[in-house]
Amino acid sequence: MIKLFKQLRPFSLPIAAILLLVFLQSMGDLYLPTLMSDIVDKGIVHQDRALIWRVGGFMLLVAGGGALCSIIASFLSSKVAMGFGRNTRSKVFSHVENFTLTEFDKLGTASLITRTTNDITQVQTVLMMMLRMMVGAPMMMIGGIIMAVSEDAKLSLVFVVVIPVLVLAISYVGLKGLPLFKASQVKLDKLNLVLREHLVGIRVIRSFNRIQHEQKRFSEANRDLTDTAIKVNKIMALLMPMMMFVMNFSMIGILYFGGIRIDSGDLKVGSLMAFIQYAMQIMFSLIMVSMMFVLIPRASASAVRINEVLDMVPEITDPDVKPSLEGQPSGRELHGFVEFRNVSFSYPGAEQPALSDISFSAHPGEVTAIIGGTGSGKSTLLSLIPRFYDAVEGEVLVDGGDVRELTQEELRAKIGYVPQKAVLFTGTVSDNIRYGMKDATDEEVRHAAEVAQALDFVSAMKDGFDSEIAQGGGNVSGGQKQRLSIARALVRKPEIYLFDDSFSALDFKTDAKLRAALKGETTESTVLIVAQRVSTVMDADRIIVLEEGRIVGIGSHSELLASSDVYREIVSSQLSEEEIA
Amino acid sequence: MSDNNQEYKRPQQSQGQRRGPGGFGGTGMMLPPEKAKDFKKTLRRLIGYLRPKQMQLLVVLITAILSTVFSIFSPKLMGRATTKLFEGAFARIQGVPGAAIDFGYINEILLILGGLYLLSALFSYMQQYVMAGVAQSVVFDMREQINSKLERLPLKYFDSRTHGEILSRATNDVDNISTTLQQSLTQLITSVITIIGIIIMMLTISPWLTLITIITLPLSFVAIIGITKRSQTYFVSQQKSLGQLNGHVEEMYTGHRIVKAFGREKESLRDFDRINEQLYDSGWRSQFMSGIIMPLMMFIGNLGYVLVCVVGGIFVTKKMIEVGDIQAFIQYSRQFMMPITQTANIANIIQSTIASAERVFELLDEEEEVAETAAAAAGKTGHPAKGAVEFSHVKFGYKEDAILIEDMNIKVKPGQTIAIVGPTGAGKTTLINLLMRFYELSGGQILIDGVDITDMKRSELRARFGMVLQDTWLFNGTIRDNIAYGREGATEADVVRAAKAAHADHFIRTLPMGYNTVLNEEASNISQGQKQLLTIARAILADPSILILDEATSSVDTRTEVQIQKAMNSLMEGRTSFVIAHRLSTIRDADLILVMNHGTVIEQGSHEELLAQGGFYAELYNSQFSGEELSNAV
Repeated sequence: MIKLFKQLRPFSLPIAAILLLVFLQSMGDLYLPTLMSDIVDKGIVHQDRALIWRVGGFMLLVAGGGALCSIIASFLSSKVAMGFGRNTRSKVFSHVENFTLTEFDKLGTASLITRTTNDITQVQTVLMMMLRMMVGAPMMMIGGIIMAVSEDAKLSLVFVVVIPVLVLAISYVGLKGLPLFKASQVKLDKLNLVLREHLVGIRVIRSFNRIQHEQKRFSEANRDLTDTAIKVNKIMALLMPMMMFVMNFSMIGILYFGGIRIDSGDLKVGSLMAFIQYAMQIMFSLIMVSMMFVLIPRASASAVRINEVLDMVPEITDPDVKPSLEGQPSGRELHGFVEFRNVSFSYPGAEQPALSDISFSAHPGEVTAIIGGTGSGKSTLLSLIPRFYDAVEGEVLVDGGDVRELTQEELRAKIGYVPQKAVLFTGTVSDNIRYGMKDATDEEVRHAAEVAQALDFVSAMKDGFDSEIAQGGGNVSGGQKQRLSIARALVRKPEIYLFDDSFSALDFKTDAKLRAALKGETTESTVLIVAQRVSTVMDADRIIVLEEGRIVGIGSHSELLASSDVYREIVSSQLSEEEIA
Repeated sequence: MSDNNQEYKRPQQSQGQRRGPGGFGGTGMMLPPEKAKDFKKTLRRLIGYLRPKQMQLLVVLITAILSTVFSIFSPKLMGRATTKLFEGAFARIQGVPGAAIDFGYINEILLILGGLYLLSALFSYMQQYVMAGVAQSVVFDMREQINSKLERLPLKYFDSRTHGEILSRATNDVDNISTTLQQSLTQLITSVITIIGIIIMMLTISPWLTLITIITLPLSFVAIIGITKRSQTYFVSQQKSLGQLNGHVEEMYTGHRIVKAFGREKESLRDFDRINEQLYDSGWRSQFMSGIIMPLMMFIGNLGYVLVCVVGGIFVTKKMIEVGDIQAFIQYSRQFMMPITQTANIANIIQSTIASAERVFELLDEEEEVAETAAAAAGKTGHPAKGAVEFSHVKFGYKEDAILIEDMNIKVKPGQTIAIVGPTGAGKTTLINLLMRFYELSGGQILIDGVDITDMKRSELRARFGMVLQDTWLFNGTIRDNIAYGREGATEADVVRAAKAAHADHFIRTLPMGYNTVLNEEASNISQGQKQLLTIARAILADPSILILDEATSSVDTRTEVQIQKAMNSLMEGRTSFVIAHRLSTIRDADLILVMNHGTVIEQGSHEELLAQGGFYAELYNSQFSGEELSNAV
């Protein structure tokens, strides 16, 4: 929390101003009862109406000044808190943009999203409250005590009794209530989970006739939540009456002892009335301060989560010296030549390497297909080329240079990548395709869509290429998304195409048509395709068979049928005898 | 101050969207509340839920009134004590002989005061204590009702809504109601009583001073309304920017790989900064606006305070009132502001609560599944489950005006295999929906073992089916519980036998906790293929006469795929099977192939028959292995 608040440094001036203003305002508020006691002790006792008017006018001035101070303070604190939120958000976001997939894997995308949005908002809100309420409360409390003591030090002994009692009462409720409160939160989540599972599995539940079982699970969770909620609320019910009780009894105490002191001539009535008001202010402030203990843990949990993100150092950085490609001595024209030399890779913390000792090369104009089961390392292999991850051993070469020696920008400019799970962004269809190349002409966009077999359905959409894609591509089907993401890569006219199982959501017919059309587009590029379907890879120039991160076969379809058991096994699970031949 | 209570409660509103960002002193009113469509009707129905709790509510009402009345009464008493003090002290200053403070009287008052405070605190505690029980048990009932309603709703309801939407009604909306019942309702009662009570008390002390205090009222209303109006627009635009920002972050993070691959980090950051700046702008404005309500209210309060002091002081000198009355007035005018801000707040809260209640009632009023027929109720269980299925003149559409299936006729003998093929989105789930009677037919009938499915109990019908779908559904629980889900009362031995038959026993035993391994929320601690094996085991345990299988295994490795294939084959033996087929061998060996496209069955027959037809199926089949030829032909 404190660490995160270092971000407040640029705001130190306004914060100082806020502190000053709040201080002035508190003093003003505290001054009012003193003035009032003047009215009573001097004005009323001496029947001095002019004095009453004068003091009254002055009180008005003080009240107005106080209000002005707190309005300016509120203005500044809004700017500071929101500015802090803005800066932190921007810092986190730009930091995350530099993350590689390793960091994303570590924290999880969903968690990163919450950290960038909700957590920062949470801290921002608490900061706001602190600036607005919390800084004033201790000042008010201390000021109030000083004023009370200056009015009558002996009578102030009442506070010695009352404040600990109040603190005790609040902390009793807090200590008993807060854990229960957290528990009820957990139970609410549990209820949500049961319900969500029910909704997701509704067909299965109904088909297995387990409705009653689900009813029971829900009722149990519901009962559990309700019981805890009742408990929490019953404890919380104590809080207000208890506080009011303590406060009111301290009033009685003050009146009683104050009466004795007035009797002995040590205290004036007006002072006693002022004293009562100080007591009120002190106790209200105390309650405010106690609220900090509720708010701060919440915010600091968020702060910790934000710091975790900021402290994470991206694993992949650009080389310090930038050996530009032109400087590379290249005998031949190299455009999109990819080579793996004894590459091994492990995910952080994994026992087994995801890839071990991979060596192969892929030339422009060739199609290299990679096939294998889940977890065999196909996608990982592909991810090493655009440096989503870095090889642990060995080297990945593009156009003869180690990818780690290129800037990420330079490297990725050569690559057209189509992910396994098609991702589209909010915007029009053509915006999405143009994501591959900013200044692509309409004709190029159209052509890319045509090759990707997307033209038909795009044309059928209401606004054609100007149709809006909803967030996450909710208004297009999985197969359509995949085709658009292929078009996005095509429009880039890259040297290297990476297709990461990008045809899986297409039906056989579209798949075949697409691959046929692709051939004409990729004659000068290096194409790497990861696939599950044998039919997709069958006519590749080179098929690499992966199993458990190792290459167990490399060659053409017919070569592999003859030489690789694993390949044969894959093929026979998908095709029947005569199709293999 | 009583906001304190609400502060504790607030985190429970998971989204917090309806009550605005948490804050003191009435930020709740900053976002314009949602309006219910029919306020009165919904309110009446909500009150209906409270009717069984009449007695408790009466207690709440009485205790609320008592506690408020007592606490309102005390400043006046305290003022009397102060007056007595002043009189005594004053007399002494004046040098009245024998002047002394009447401690007997004062102590008496203090004693009464103590009693009043004690009772007030006690009643206020009782009121909240009782209300806790009432509020929570009302929402408990409501949740139970929602849940049992969900059981009776047809699948149509779930398919046409997002899970989030339904969940939000069942939890957020209900929670909103619970918070309101717990806090705002009693707050409303006490606030109103306090306002009325204070005015009465003030009037009994001094009508003039009362007038002066009340003058500040319209001022504060004008201030609150004026500021609220302006700040609401800022809050709305802040909320909008926040939504945009969240959307952008979500999109960029989920598409991180793409952003990187296409080198668009700078653009993404630029967009982010733009939205962030907007958020900052509307954010500080709305925060500032809501922030000045407190100082303004305090200023108006202080204004009243000064007026009371000055005018009161002058009145005292004129002997119109006593000193203690000033003190009482100061206390009253301080107590006055809070309930007024609160009632302004509560009005909005109640509005949004009624809107929540309306959404919940909407859910409760949804049309339910068609009731079981008399024949079904009679329970014609005499039919042994063999597995014969017949579609006779079936007509169906998800919407009345968009009929998908016009006249479908199929006859399936027990033990036959039916392959369903077609491109993605061709409507293969429609068949499942009809067979399991998740949806009702628009015409014709489906007969299982010669009985119309509408004449069977749904439970009986569904017991004859087993499903192994691609989106395997497993719940948060042990592997044993997940398999045992297939049949109620399955023994340990049954579970293991089923797992063995599904070729799942081996991998389960390699897990650290074996059958006791708890699947986590997304069941991500086992692989996709293993999940599928578990669902097969579950179906084996259920021992149905008809199966619905989804063959697609795109995300499964070869070894597991072979196992799944074997498991499915052993499962299919002797059962009628509808297979959503992707494997040519399955398709060709099927007794009947249903070719689906655009939601309906367009061709049916055996492999040879369909090839001979040279229609959609033939094209589909041929395209699979000779892409080039096809593209030449097209």
